[in-house]
Amino acid sequence: MHKESAIREPLILGHKTYHQITEDVCKPIEDKAPRMWYILFSIAAILGLYGVGCILYLLGTGIGTWGLNKTVGWAWDITNFVWWVGIGHAGTLISAVLLLFRQKWRMAINRSAEAMTIFAVFMAGLFPLIHMGRIWVAYWVLPLPNQFGSLWVNFNSPLLWDVFAISTYLSVSLVFWYIGLIPDFATIRDRVKKPVPKKMYSMLSFGWSGRAKHWNRFELVSLVLAGVATPLVFSVHSIVSFDFATSVIPGWHTTIFPPYFVAGAVFSGFAMVQTLMLVMRKAMRLEAYIHTKHVEYMNIVIMVTGSIVGTAYITELFISWYSGVEYEAYAFINRATGPYWWAYWAMMTCNVISPQLMWFKKLRRSLLFTFIISIVVNIGMWFERFVIIVTSVHRDYLPSSWSMFYPTHIDIGIFIGTIGLFFVFFLLFARFFPVLALNEVKTILKSSGESFKNDEAHSPAYSLADQHLAFKVSHDHNDDYAHGHTTTQVETGPAVEPMTEAPADGNIEILLSAVGKANADDKDDLKLLNGLGPAIETKLNNIGIFTLAQIAKMTKAEYDLLDEFIDLRGRAEKDDWAGQANDLLNNNEK
Amino acid sequence: MADTVIYAMYDDDDVLKEGAKKLVSKGVKVTEVFSPFPIHGIDPIIGVKNTRLGIMAFLYGITGLMLATIGMNYFMIQDWPMNIGGKPSFSYLENFLAFVPISFEFTVLCAAHGMAITYLLRNKTLPGMPAQNPDPRTTDDKFVMELRLSENHNFSAEQLEAILKDTGIVEIDQKEIK
Repeated sequence: MHKESAIREPLILGHKTYHQITEDVCKPIEDKAPRMWYILFSIAAILGLYGVGCILYLLGTGIGTWGLNKTVGWAWDITNFVWWVGIGHAGTLISAVLLLFRQKWRMAINRSAEAMTIFAVFMAGLFPLIHMGRIWVAYWVLPLPNQFGSLWVNFNSPLLWDVFAISTYLSVSLVFWYIGLIPDFATIRDRVKKPVPKKMYSMLSFGWSGRAKHWNRFELVSLVLAGVATPLVFSVHSIVSFDFATSVIPGWHTTIFPPYFVAGAVFSGFAMVQTLMLVMRKAMRLEAYIHTKHVEYMNIVIMVTGSIVGTAYITELFISWYSGVEYEAYAFINRATGPYWWAYWAMMTCNVISPQLMWFKKLRRSLLFTFIISIVVNIGMWFERFVIIVTSVHRDYLPSSWSMFYPTHIDIGIFIGTIGLFFVFFLLFARFFPVLALNEVKTILKSSGESFKNDEAHSPAYSLADQHLAFKVSHDHNDDYAHGHTTTQVETGPAVEPMTEAPADGNIEILLSAVGKANADDKDDLKLLNGLGPAIETKLNNIGIFTLAQIAKMTKAEYDLLDEFIDLRGRAEKDDWAGQANDLLNNNEK
Repeated sequence: MADTVIYAMYDDDDVLKEGAKKLVSKGVKVTEVFSPFPIHGIDPIIGVKNTRLGIMAFLYGITGLMLATIGMNYFMIQDWPMNIGGKPSFSYLENFLAFVPISFEFTVLCAAHGMAITYLLRNKTLPGMPAQNPDPRTTDDKFVMELRLSENHNFSAEQLEAILKDTGIVEIDQKEIK
C-alpha cells in the first residue's frame, strides 16, 4: 500500500470506512429525489425543449433564421461549438492526465467531470451538424463510397479532421467513463432492493463480480485508455484551432492557436467543473470527499491555464504589430477599439485578470469566491471565441462589405437550449449514476483518509492479533461451526461506534470536579497508559480529560462515570489507569 | 464435477493479503478473490498473471494506423487526386503532413475501442450477464477468498477451514457445487 506524507492534507475527511463511502455515494441515488432536483430538472427541461423547438424551426426553414450575413458567415454557431468543446476538455484531462501523474485528488471529481465532458461534447457536436443546414445528408462527411463519381471527402481539410477528432474524442471518453462505471453499478446492483432498479443496474453493471483477474485487467485498461486519451485531448482542441489557424483570415492565421486553444479549453473546462462541483457537493452532501483542498487544486489549474491564456493574448497582440502585416495589425486594433471593443475587454477582464486573483490563498480557498470566478471565466471564455470568430471576419478587405453580427432569437434560443439540455443530462446523471468513482476512492482511503492519517481509524477494524483473540473467544463458545452449508458469524471485537462528541450534561461536571479541570495546553500523552489508544485519547480529550494527573485521581466511581461517556467496558478499571498514571507521574518526578 | 467451495470473508484488504500469503506459504491454492476495489499486490500472491491487454491495444492501434494510411492513400492519391489550392496530391509522402491528424485519431480510435471490447469479452462482462460474486457485500466493503477442494488435494475441508480461521476472517461459508 502506497503511503502518503502525513503533512499533506487528507483527501477524505472524517472517519470514513469502506462501507461509509458506499453509503454516502449511494444514498442520494436510493432515496427520493429532493424537491430542488425536480425544480432544477423542470427548468432545464423547459429550456432544452425550447432549444429543440428552435433547432426544428431552423432545420425546417434554413440557416437564414440565424443572424449570419455575407460577411459574417460564422458566428454564434461556431462560438458555441468551440465553447462546448472547450468545456468538454476538463473531464478527460482530470481522469487521464491526472491519472498518469498519479494525482489522487482527481478521484473525487473524475467521474462527474467526465460525465460533464461527454454531455458538453454532445452539445458541441450539435452545432456543426445543424450548421450543415441539411442535417439529413450529414453522413456526407464520412468517406463513404458514393454515386457522385468517385468523389471522396477532403482529407486535407481541418474541418474533416474535426469530424474524426470530435467523434473519436466523444466515443473514447464515453468508453473510458463507462468502464469505470461498471464496478460502481455493480455496487448499486448489490444494494438496491426494488426489482425494477435492480434489473436496471444488473443490466448496466454487465455482471461485474470483482474478481482479482478482472481488477488486474481493469487497472491496465484504465491506464492504457488514459495513455491514449492524453494525446487525444490535446489533439482535439488543436484540431479545432486548425479550423481557424490554417485559413488566411487576419486574426485567425496564427501559429500560436493550438497551445493557446488547449490552455483555454482546460481553463474553461475546470471553471465549469467548479461551477457544477460546488453545487453538487452541497446538494449530495459530499463535502467530505470534495472539500476545500480539491477546490484549491482546481483553482491552481485555473490560475496556471488562465496565465497561459493571458500570455497568449498579449503575444498575439505583440506579434500582430511586430509582423508588420497591416491587415493583421488592423484585425487586432479593431478588436480592441472597434465596434466590438466591449466583447474584447469583457474577455480580457474575465480571462486575464480574474484568474490572477487566485494567487491569494484566502481567495482560492474561498468557496463562494471560487463559484463566482468560475462563472466569470465561463462567460469570458465564451466571449473569447466570439471575439476570435466574429471580430476577425466582420471587417474584411473591402470596407463596402463591412458589417455587424446581430443574433436572432433563434441564435439565442439554440444556445440557451443547449445549456438546458446539458443540465438535463447532468441532473439525470447525478440522480441515477454514482457521482463518485467508488472503487477508486476506496483505494485511497488508507493513504489519504483523515482518520487514517491521524491514526484514529477503526479499520482495519482491529489488528490481526485482535481478530485472533476474537476468534478464540467465539471458538470456545461455539464449537460446531461451519459444516456443510452453514454460515458462522465469527464474533467480532469491540463494536465500531461513530466518534461523537460526548453529551454535555451534568455528569461530566461531576466527573471533572472529582478529577480536577485541565485545559488542552498542559496536555499529556495519555497513550503512555496500557490499554489506552489514540482513539480513546481523543474521546477523553473531548470530555475535558487531558492530563495524567486527572486520571491518577480516578476511582471506581469515576471509572463508572467515564463508562457512560466512552464505552470502555470496564477496561479503565481492569488496566488500573489511575495506578499506572500515578506510577508514571512519580517516575517523572524522580 | 462435484466440488466443495469454501468462501472466507474478510473485512479488510490488508488482512486478506496477509491471509493469502499465509495460505499460499502452506501450499494452499487460492482460486479467486472478490473485492470491491483492486487490492494492490494480491495478484502475484495468488498467482494471477499480468494481463496482456496492453499488447492487444498496441496491435489494435497499429491496425488503425495501417487502415488510415491505406484508406487515405486510396481516397486522396490513387482514386481521385484533387488539386486543392494549387497543391496537387501527387504522392502520399508529399501530402503526408495533412494526413497526420486523422492517422493519429484513427489509431487512438481503434486502440481504445479494440481494447475495450476485448476487455469486456475476456471478462465476460456483457449486458445481461449474471453477477457471480458469492456475497453482495463484496462490492461494498467485504473481501472474499475462494478455495476449492478439487484444487487442494492435500487438504480436507476441515483442515482448510482451520487454516483460514487463523487468518483473521469474519465469516466462512461452504458450498457444494455439482
